[in-house]
Amino acid sequence: MDTFLLFISAIFVNNIVLAQYLGNCPYLGCSKEKSVSIGMGAAVIFVMIMATVFTWAIQKYVMIRFGLEYLQTIVFILVIAALVQFVEMFLKKMVPPLYKSLGIFLPLITTNCAVLGVAILVQRQEYDFMTSLLYSVAAGVGFLLALVVLAGIRERFVITRLPRSMQGVSIGLIMAGLMSLAFMAFKGMIA
Amino acid sequence: MIIISVLTLFALGFIAAGILAVASRVLYVEEDPRIEVVTEALPGANCGGCGFAGCESYAVAVLNDPLMPPNLCCAGGPDVSVRVAELTGKAMGDADPKVIFRRCVKDQGGVLKRFQYLGAQSCAAANLVLGGPDACKYSCLGFGDCVRACPFDAMWLENGLVRIAPDKCTSCGSCIRVCPNSILELIPRRARVMVFCSTQDKGKAVKDVCEAGCVNCGACIKKCPAKCISTVNGRIAIDQAACLAYGPECGEACVKACPRDILRCLAPDAVAPAPHKEPAHIPDETHVADLNA
Repeated sequence: MDTFLLFISAIFVNNIVLAQYLGNCPYLGCSKEKSVSIGMGAAVIFVMIMATVFTWAIQKYVMIRFGLEYLQTIVFILVIAALVQFVEMFLKKMVPPLYKSLGIFLPLITTNCAVLGVAILVQRQEYDFMTSLLYSVAAGVGFLLALVVLAGIRERFVITRLPRSMQGVSIGLIMAGLMSLAFMAFKGMIA
Repeated sequence: MIIISVLTLFALGFIAAGILAVASRVLYVEEDPRIEVVTEALPGANCGGCGFAGCESYAVAVLNDPLMPPNLCCAGGPDVSVRVAELTGKAMGDADPKVIFRRCVKDQGGVLKRFQYLGAQSCAAANLVLGGPDACKYSCLGFGDCVRACPFDAMWLENGLVRIAPDKCTSCGSCIRVCPNSILELIPRRARVMVFCSTQDKGKAVKDVCEAGCVNCGACIKKCPAKCISTVNGRIAIDQAACLAYGPECGEACVKACPRDILRCLAPDAVAPAPHKEPAHIPDETHVADLNA
């Protein structure tokens, strides 16, 4: 039951974008079309899981052992950047169709703070390995959900009369704020 | 403590760099270096006018497919085509530069509104409501879907009718794909004659809603000595390749035969809805058509 609650809360109640305000750059940048948002969301889920696995292992077997927890942020950034590079090379060689469809998103994920945020949150909550893995999947799904919902709304703006000053990023930011408010309604779901 | 932390960071950095260095060797994918060169030669507009998703996709296709012509990049024009042909070692085809043409003169025809439309300001949305607010269901809806779709700022709206800047148009066809009434058509830049209406209705039905529209009487079809005018999907169509091949010897017989002045010569002096039947100016084959009559 706890696992189920963790999963639901990571997707809806503590959504990584709408409740924790991480990963806002790709959230606004890749939410103009639903197809693009699904691609970005899928790529983030993949990298988030990989990053959590590696950073969890490094934290447990290197950082804690040598008393270097204060280096967490810089080490995690290094690991995630290297990991994204490796994943890019791996996909290019082994799964070219997937590489082509994700190609432009993969380098963007290096600078996605949601990935780093999940890796650090997992350590802060002191989750075990399986719980960390599950949390990273749920956080990724939450990111994908936020992206797809916003893309669905923004696609409607194409046929909506908007003042010139509101077009583009302005209305995107307003919608992001309103969505964040809407997701606050989930707060009471899990005490 | 400082030394341990610095050493740890260095060690992690070296390990990551080592793994990436090995991976870049093991996972090296050999790519044709010409793909990058051809992609750089293309304008990078990714407009899709060549029929491919982007410039790189076209570069890959033109290098790998021996039958793929080097002159499909309409955004780049002849210079880019020549460069691509040089890089790929292919022969240049006969690229006939094209331009977008708007088949509607509803402002001259005084097309009335059937109802006041207050919905989404988009041609696609307006067309869903009984075919749009205009009395003519084949007219330019005037909400500018094509203007928004044009990646080259070659279109604008004026008095509810789309206008085209021929010098900016690259004939990528982005606007054609979004026009719900199919009033936009690609024609050769040196085309001499064009139908300024896209209606599929006949006679009285057209006269009731538009003073300038084509009544599809077929007079132009009968008078054309080159037999390059016909009815396609219920509206007059000109086979521009055949028309240009025949040449100006016909004296624009179709224009003279048209009782509604809706077939017009594509020249600045000949496009106004003047009562005279004789075109004021027979253009040469290199003129840039006035598309905004």
